[in-house]
Amino acid sequence: MKRALWILAVLLSHWRRHPLQFATLMIGLIAATALWSGVQALNEQARTSYDRAAAAFGGTRTPMLVSPSGGAFPQKLFVDLRRAGWPVSPVLEARAQIEGRSVRLLGIEPVTMPSEASAAAEIGTTSAQGFIAPPGQALISRETMTELGLREGATPTLGNGRALPPLKLQSALAPGVVVVDIGIAQTLLAMPDQVTRLLIGKAKGPRVSLENVTGQQLRLVQLESETDLERLTDSFHLNLTAFGLLSFFVGLFIVNSAIGLGFEQRLPMLRTLRACGVSARQLNIVLILELVTIALMAGIIGLFCGYLIAASLLPDVAASLRGLYGAQIPGQLALKPEWWLAGLAISVLGALLAATSGLLKAVRLPLLAAAQPYAWQQAQHRWLRLQGIGALLVFAAAALVLWFGDSLIAGFTVLAALLLGAALALPVLLGLVLAAGERSTQRPILTWFWADSRLQLSGLSLALMALLLALAVNVGVGTMVESFSRTFVGWLDGRLSSEVYINAASDAQASEIKDWLKQRSDVQTILPGSRAEIQLGGAPVEINGLPDHATFRDRWPLLDANRDAWDRVRDGNAALISEQLSRRMNLAIGQTITVPTPDGPWTVQVAAIYADYGNPKGQLAVNVDALLKHFPESPRTRMGLRVAPENVSTVIDAIRTRFGLDGRNLADQASVKNEALGVFGRTFAVTSALNAFTLGVAGVALLTSLLTLSNSRLPQLAPLWAIGLTRRRLAGIELLKTMCVALITSLLALPLGLLVAWCLIAIVNVKAFGWRLPFYIFPLQLIELLGVAMLAALLASLLPILRLLRMQPAELVKVFANER
Amino acid sequence: MSARLTRRSFAGGLALVGLGAPHSWAQGFAGLGRDADGFASVVPGHTLTFPTDHGPHPQFRIEWWYLTANLTDAAGNAYGAQWTLFRQAMAPNTQDSGWTTPQVWMGHAGVTSATMHHAAETFARGGIGQAGVTATPFRAWIDAWEMRGLDGFSDKNVAPLDVTASAESFDYRLRLDAQRPLVLQGDAGYSRKSERGQASYYYSQPYFTASGTLTIDGRDIAVNGQAWMDREYSSQPLASDQTGWDWFSLHLPGDEKLMLFRLRQKDGSHYFAGNWIGADGKSAQLAPDAIAMTPLATTEIAGRKIPTSWRIAIASRGLQIKTTPLNAQSWMATKFAYWEGPVRFSGSHDGVGYLEMTGY
Repeated sequence: MKRALWILAVLLSHWRRHPLQFATLMIGLIAATALWSGVQALNEQARTSYDRAAAAFGGTRTPMLVSPSGGAFPQKLFVDLRRAGWPVSPVLEARAQIEGRSVRLLGIEPVTMPSEASAAAEIGTTSAQGFIAPPGQALISRETMTELGLREGATPTLGNGRALPPLKLQSALAPGVVVVDIGIAQTLLAMPDQVTRLLIGKAKGPRVSLENVTGQQLRLVQLESETDLERLTDSFHLNLTAFGLLSFFVGLFIVNSAIGLGFEQRLPMLRTLRACGVSARQLNIVLILELVTIALMAGIIGLFCGYLIAASLLPDVAASLRGLYGAQIPGQLALKPEWWLAGLAISVLGALLAATSGLLKAVRLPLLAAAQPYAWQQAQHRWLRLQGIGALLVFAAAALVLWFGDSLIAGFTVLAALLLGAALALPVLLGLVLAAGERSTQRPILTWFWADSRLQLSGLSLALMALLLALAVNVGVGTMVESFSRTFVGWLDGRLSSEVYINAASDAQASEIKDWLKQRSDVQTILPGSRAEIQLGGAPVEINGLPDHATFRDRWPLLDANRDAWDRVRDGNAALISEQLSRRMNLAIGQTITVPTPDGPWTVQVAAIYADYGNPKGQLAVNVDALLKHFPESPRTRMGLRVAPENVSTVIDAIRTRFGLDGRNLADQASVKNEALGVFGRTFAVTSALNAFTLGVAGVALLTSLLTLSNSRLPQLAPLWAIGLTRRRLAGIELLKTMCVALITSLLALPLGLLVAWCLIAIVNVKAFGWRLPFYIFPLQLIELLGVAMLAALLASLLPILRLLRMQPAELVKVFANER
Repeated sequence: MSARLTRRSFAGGLALVGLGAPHSWAQGFAGLGRDADGFASVVPGHTLTFPTDHGPHPQFRIEWWYLTANLTDAAGNAYGAQWTLFRQAMAPNTQDSGWTTPQVWMGHAGVTSATMHHAAETFARGGIGQAGVTATPFRAWIDAWEMRGLDGFSDKNVAPLDVTASAESFDYRLRLDAQRPLVLQGDAGYSRKSERGQASYYYSQPYFTASGTLTIDGRDIAVNGQAWMDREYSSQPLASDQTGWDWFSLHLPGDEKLMLFRLRQKDGSHYFAGNWIGADGKSAQLAPDAIAMTPLATTEIAGRKIPTSWRIAIASRGLQIKTTPLNAQSWMATKFAYWEGPVRFSGSHDGVGYLEMTGY
């Protein structure tokens, strides 16, 4: 034991003498752990909220029975099923207005609620008697309570004037949900003896078949491993995870080069230790011990950094998810112990992974072999050829997946294969370029310039790969975001065609507002709207009711349409459908959709397909009168107004004063547009932030590699100095060489980045969101990124260059004296 | 805390709402044994009337329909079957339809043989039809479990009945017949539970003959035997210092029946009660000091020591017996766990019966 400590002390003395090297090792590990665990924390936070939401749903985690139309059904079916041996529990869910906010009002039955419907069990234990017995309780999360500005015990009234039971805090609930007893919910919603779904418990036992009990009135929805929100937000998290992984590996590049150097420089020390009688096994154990200790230290710091990253990104992530999917994420990080442990484990594993080659070498260390400390960075032609073949294979795999794959995962696989293949091919390509340069010149210094760059390649290649990947991903994501942004702005102009938007508190108020507006000369047109929600093919679909008006005919963002589309929509038997819906249900123009309505199925023909960016749900647009005919219960509270631009503020002020509507229910086009653009901006804020991180980490990787090399390059530089090149000139050449390979790498990264962008736009986006964007190239953006990359390379080479400039001639002379 | 309540009221009272850990409920209901605020009281001298009293009494806090059967198959192997429906009112409100009724129902079913014991439970709110009892025609049900009067049902005999229950590992269907009328327990149906006046209304039908089929782990077994139904309702059946009870229903030779219970109290003393039902069907209350019940052996189940063998002596009746369980592991692992299973006895009298023990 004591002996091991002594060996450890000897090994650690190396880091004391090379603090910068130690710092790069730590930075690499910290960066890898921090980015990885930060992203994990964000994902974890979001998933926890989905679980809470799902549990409140009564769970897509639980199999259930629903009406095929998606509507409410008589509670008698529940009793009939229980009497036939089915372990079912009723749920009644509807939207309700509290304090002007829309919440999900959920009526549950705690006595039969299956214990596996997780959050429900918690509801039960708080006190079922208090929950059921009058006046009952309205369970609500802290976030929702705060948002509504209410306190525990308050009894707010719903939009229909009925009062909720006293609010009771239930922290496990999802935000935006209020849970009451089913009997209370039926009264509040004026839906006596109606339920909207039956959860099926796990209890087994003989049961009569579903058809024999309820006929065709109910449909079984099987247990789903993912909640709706998880499915919808999958792509977002996949995106985050991909960035986290990328950063992690880029961090490992740094660790690898730092550890590789550490091992090389310590080879004589290791050999001495062995010669002193330390066994190979003992040496290795201590080496691993050293590495694990360093990894744990770096891991702990990395976790704190990861926490900070997550905490600073969380508001953006929450805003993105809310904006994109309506998913409510609490604004505070709550991390489980598992997260900390996983973070430390990934740090240790990463360090071990990065050190594998070094450790293997130490195992096989021949005791008496002559010192060849820089053998590890000798270019290996065979290795390069293998790498080239590997790259080709990976590209071939990518092509295959692209051809046959048809899923989001396939899209990301293509992306990953593309990046991996490019990274593998990079040293080969750089080697070819540099060799071509070497052949193109006869002048000695230039020939040396190219040849030496080639020699340096193996030492720099990992860092250059990191730069390539970081840059390509930056180009790809940047191009996608810009393409989206350009498309989105144009689309928004088409969609938001009214100057003023109103959402009245009730149908009565809406008709009052309409009557009043008709008297005003500054209001050109009133465009009434309405919405309904249905289930099509097991997924929620919105129906948007539009009036027949030139405003829509002229500006609605159609992607593809029949000539007489709008006329047929006016007649009530045709619908415009969103691109998402068309892709999801494989619907083309001319095909028909059967819409379940309260008064039976309604068949409409697809007359056109329109862009509906940012909406995770499918959407149908139909004539508003047809919608209200088939969904008479739909609120008639929405309307848009056409107003001359100069009159907008007058009209808004007048409505606000007359009807007391506030910003949530009354808005002008500009503010709606700003809000949408704000959501859009925040959606990609996280992506940009991670992008920047990745590029930064790639810069650090380049720096550490150059530092690693700079020490070892003395034997190559000293002879040049000896034959008359000044240190200044040498430094200049060194800088030029680095910038040259960085430039070649960056230039290679640009087409790769555009390919990545194409993958994102044509595969990933379509699969993840259901829409396809036009693909634009933004040359200015590319040049800017190129500049950033070169700047990073310059900054990274500065320190080694300065060191060379300031190097004492004695140091250079020493090269000839040393064994090296 | 749960130990403060007797088995039946505990199960019937606390478990009914049936959510979460027993402790939380027991705490919530700790007042049950002391206070009958707003509920009807059990008073001496009240006359039970039938068929009305076969139905529910929502003005009382708790109530149960409790059936146990001692059965044998063609090969002579012994079995036990249990079917129980508990009702509990969360508030003294007799509204009987809709979700606002304060009634909560709980069903327990079990089957026992010498080598296995299966138990199942289920819960329901009143007022919507998932569970309930009607006196005329007689029907008690929860989910798919049912106890139903058949054609020719006699209110006096509470027979014939069809009884069904089903669960994952067992189900059964029994037909019960009785040629003799039901029997009033305690003093003409007024059954005292403590020295301080806690009591319940209590009557039984101990004369059922049973026949039917048990399906255990997928195997059908034709059985015959005898069965015993207890009906009891109250608003405060226990004293606050009573921790649990040990309850026997025994089929003596010659059509005599014996009901005995011991309520264990915190100070280590016990409250004894029982009725001796003669061959003529006359029910005579036993004086508390006439009953001797002594545990002989304990069985360790779920970390508790349960006295599964007993010596019982009633000197005035010349009874001196030892009871042994058919299956000492007759543990009802329901949300509110207790021991309930068939027993045999021998000594001055030989026969079979049922034993229920709670609060351990």
